[in-house]
Amino acid sequence: MTTDRLAGAALVLIGIVAIWESRAFPLGSLHRPGPAFMPVLLAALLILFGLAVAAMGAAAGRLLDVGWSEWRHAAAIFGCCAFAAWGLDRLGYRLTMGVVLAVLFLALERLTVMASVALTVAMAWGSFYLFDTLLKVPLPRGPFGL
Amino acid sequence: MLETLQNLGLGFSVALAPGVLWYGFIGCLVGTLVGVLPGVGPLAGISLLLPATYGLDATRALVMLAGIYYGAMYGGSTTSILMRIPGEAASVMTCIDGYAMARKGRAGPALAIAAVGSYVAGTVSVVALMLLAPPLASFALRFGPPEYFSLLLLGLLVLAYMNSGSMLKGLAMAALGLLLGMIGIDQMSGYFRFAYGVTELGDGIGVVPVAVGLFGLAEILLTAGQRDRPEVIRPRLADLLPSRQEWREAHMPIWRGTAIGFLIGIIPGSAHVISTFVSYAVERKISKHPEEFGRGAVAGVAGPESANNAATSGAFVPMLALGVPGVPIAALLLAAMMIHGVTPGPLLIDQDPKLFWGFIASMYVGNVILLILNLPLVGLFVNLLRVPYPVLYPLIVVCSILGVYAVNSSVVDVWIMLAMGILGYVLRKLDFETAPIVLGLVLAPMMELSLRQSLAMSAGSYAIFVTRPISVTLLAVGAVLVILALRPFITRSLDWRSRLPAETEG
Repeated sequence: MTTDRLAGAALVLIGIVAIWESRAFPLGSLHRPGPAFMPVLLAALLILFGLAVAAMGAAAGRLLDVGWSEWRHAAAIFGCCAFAAWGLDRLGYRLTMGVVLAVLFLALERLTVMASVALTVAMAWGSFYLFDTLLKVPLPRGPFGL
Repeated sequence: MLETLQNLGLGFSVALAPGVLWYGFIGCLVGTLVGVLPGVGPLAGISLLLPATYGLDATRALVMLAGIYYGAMYGGSTTSILMRIPGEAASVMTCIDGYAMARKGRAGPALAIAAVGSYVAGTVSVVALMLLAPPLASFALRFGPPEYFSLLLLGLLVLAYMNSGSMLKGLAMAALGLLLGMIGIDQMSGYFRFAYGVTELGDGIGVVPVAVGLFGLAEILLTAGQRDRPEVIRPRLADLLPSRQEWREAHMPIWRGTAIGFLIGIIPGSAHVISTFVSYAVERKISKHPEEFGRGAVAGVAGPESANNAATSGAFVPMLALGVPGVPIAALLLAAMMIHGVTPGPLLIDQDPKLFWGFIASMYVGNVILLILNLPLVGLFVNLLRVPYPVLYPLIVVCSILGVYAVNSSVVDVWIMLAMGILGYVLRKLDFETAPIVLGLVLAPMMELSLRQSLAMSAGSYAIFVTRPISVTLLAVGAVLVILALRPFITRSLDWRSRLPAETEG
């Protein structure tokens, strides 16, 4: 399996899903396009391109040769970002970012406790002060106004 | 000409007002820092700092964001020359001879030539922008929906053609971006498409979360776990001045790079990157000593550095004159204009001359600020690279989340950014370029609306696209590009030698 074959197959799948989901809207006609016309047209193009990418993908790099050595680290960073998305409206900006940064510095990057706490507080509270207080960009507050 | 000079005078009265000048300076400073930091390109930099402009008026916001853009182009050369790490993609060519010059003890002159080349290219290309944008905008007033549709289609084809990878992959990514652009309320029928009950998707997927996810977060995920601190060559301030011979060698490449960069910059696609490659190739081709390229040739620094800065102004031509972004950064700047209540397009020059001419004049001023900033403060900027990556990337993560959330105060945008981060990470691993996705996303609503309006105008006849002169010309250019892209396959299949069995060859 090559990288282009996998990518081509994924593009075809996305195109098929888009066409399936477009059933909910009127397609219209070629001369009077409805709201589903353009999505179906684009999905069909995506399928076409996906098939072409897959068909010409024999010479592309092998999927097994793609290095994924950083995936654990990347997954941990992604998890922290997902926690931030979940927590922003519930815990407020400062607490959420505080947790995210503490996990990144302490658990992931293994900085010392002192350095981690100092950087966490400086970044979470500092960015809040800069954007919310000085630049008047409203950021969410959590329990106890934090 | 007199009218242009009068307008430029108006522009300078806006750009030199202390408030605007200050934000131009901040933009240039931040842009240089963004350019110096590997992995944080101008696109991610502008996306992250967009919320910081919400409290400003449109002129200040645009001047600051544009400052970040060309500041990043200047800053990218510093790491290329001193560390052989391109701060952003357009500085890749500078790495070759810039770093070789630094290894030979000529780091200071290499930086000075890059800065002066960037200054000359930036200033001259702004003159070209100033002369070209207003007539192009007047011409664009003749555009109706069919012409806009053909123009947007051509833009996507050119983008895919100029893609540094294959045209097919570029088109596939553009189609994916266009499909993403279908999410939200259909402008003509009012149907809520592909939103699955998420009301925040009514206005569609925002360009900021997509850009930050694809370019910012994906980069962080790709470089996760990296701990190496690269070697940095530190030039002394006293050693910055190039010799007379070096000036002589840099002189013509700077002018040629400026012309090449501006012309390629107007064309949609990865203009900055392509312009540097073309400039480097041209310099090497016409050089009397091509063997010096790769070993510290002055022309190898002067040409590409001038080209990438001239391309910056070139990219503003379609954005300001037509309201059509040619590159993802222009798409972000257009989004910023709309956030600030400015309608981009050919009417902008007449409706908001202060903004338009103030923006143009601020680019002259910005180039001077950057020249002053870049040379004496190079040591300061280089120090930023001493910050360990494990400390730096969490700050970028915070800025990404903050920047995306602040656009609409919505966590839905943060989730979109995460999804795009994963998509960008996987696509980069599979060797796909992600820039066409952003452009497709921005162009999708315009393209759909102009197609449907055109068909409404012609009572459903597609002949409207080929019976109007401007539209048919644009489509013909697009068709030529497709034929050019297909030519290798056609000639290979027509060539009888390629069908011979392998054993009869040789």
